[in-house]
Amino acid sequence: MTEDENTRLARLRPNLQRRALILEYIRTFFREQDFLEVETPIRVPTVAPEPYIIPFESGDWFLSTSPELHMKRMLAAGYEKLFQFSHCFRREERGRWHNPEFTMLEWYRADADYNQIIRDIELLITTLAKKLGFKKTIKYGGQTIDIRLPWPRTTVKDAFINAAGWDPIVECDARRFDIDFVEKVLPSFNPNRPTVLVDYPAPLAALARLKPGDAGVAERTEVFIGGLELANAYSELADAAEQEKRFREAIEQIRKERNQEMAMPQLFMESVAHLPACGGVALGIDRLVMLLCDAPSIDDVMAFTEDNA
Amino acid sequence: MEISEARKNTKLQIDGILYNVEEADFTKPGKGQSVYRLKLRNLRDGGITNRTYRSGDKVDDIRTTSQEEQYLYKDNDDYVFMNSETFEQITITDKLIGDKKHYLKDGMIVVMLMWGDQPLDITLPITVDLKVVETEISSKTATITAQNKQSVLETGYTIGTPTFIKEGDIIRVDTRNGAYVERVNK
Repeated sequence: MTEDENTRLARLRPNLQRRALILEYIRTFFREQDFLEVETPIRVPTVAPEPYIIPFESGDWFLSTSPELHMKRMLAAGYEKLFQFSHCFRREERGRWHNPEFTMLEWYRADADYNQIIRDIELLITTLAKKLGFKKTIKYGGQTIDIRLPWPRTTVKDAFINAAGWDPIVECDARRFDIDFVEKVLPSFNPNRPTVLVDYPAPLAALARLKPGDAGVAERTEVFIGGLELANAYSELADAAEQEKRFREAIEQIRKERNQEMAMPQLFMESVAHLPACGGVALGIDRLVMLLCDAPSIDDVMAFTEDNA
Repeated sequence: MEISEARKNTKLQIDGILYNVEEADFTKPGKGQSVYRLKLRNLRDGGITNRTYRSGDKVDDIRTTSQEEQYLYKDNDDYVFMNSETFEQITITDKLIGDKKHYLKDGMIVVMLMWGDQPLDITLPITVDLKVVETEISSKTATITAQNKQSVLETGYTIGTPTFIKEGDIIRVDTRNGAYVERVNK
């Protein structure tokens, strides 16, 4: 009963045409604001050590899991506004919302924080929706979603207290956090509005800076629409000592849990001290296309996935 | 096996009970761990349960085999089949057959999924040809409004058919969704 290739590709044509249009509109959006489009290496000697992101090896190097470190090296060298479409690779990520090779849009702004990035995300997605003929709402998965600005924001603290009955800022149990997030918090979001989740517990800061005056939370945000996790943004961490400490902890955790030796990204570390205050974001293009095509699976917006490449 | 290897139709043994994976959902919140949500069907009673696993969790998958069996007859709540090669008879319960009983006809060949000598499931041909034993008589005028009517098949299954179908017709039925396909009178 497997669909043959010609039938599948014919069925995908409208979505692939819309996908191409979305990429074109995104380029226009950033160029009009004087962002520079860049290309950084896909095959890299080191990746950011992150406990739950597993890179593919490529010879002695790796396939990029995200262009973040190279784009920040450019910011540290004085570039102010950058964007990039990049193929990223992450092992063992396959499902309705995942393919091990996927397309990421990342952009960075000097002299900005995560609040500015949230405004960028809101403006980008509503601009795309408008150009594609949507007005105040889009339809996804049987729900009508009101995308008028500004989008409702909720803190991780409030979302967890309301849906899961505990406060992850006070005591962050990372294992329980992920399960409760998937089973309780995500289903509690208003299905008819986007949700901007802000202020993650400090232990889940990743590459975000801690909130000035509140070391318990990190200036990290994630945007959800129609149950899709679309984008992850930070006020970027520009403190070299803190960055090194976090990477060392991640390397240690990876050694214990995955039995893998990850190297410190040295060239990135040398640039961190020169990073300006900046904000940045990674947005999953495939999921954005799913949203704007009302497609239930990532397989509906990629011509070839892991299963048929 | 690693939980990441579980797919739709993988058979698992959990706390001594056998399950079929009906759906396997992979999610990964933010920078967090992989979370696998399985919708499981109990292979004995058909009951559905949901379970959540994290990456690195292990589950017991079971090795199954398939063999051709011919359906012989119904014995109270049981269905009796015969292995096409060894002629050994095997009995499976009403619960295990479920809705597939609507399409089972004496002499039909099915593929039976086995775990050791325990039958787990049967797979039917995609279409079967069944005789209409009862149907409403349609008048010419009625066809203007009614495009569809109910007909009863030799298995006792009631199905929507076009109005031109008569008692004694043989029709082809899709066993995946129970829908009428075409009339196949020979």
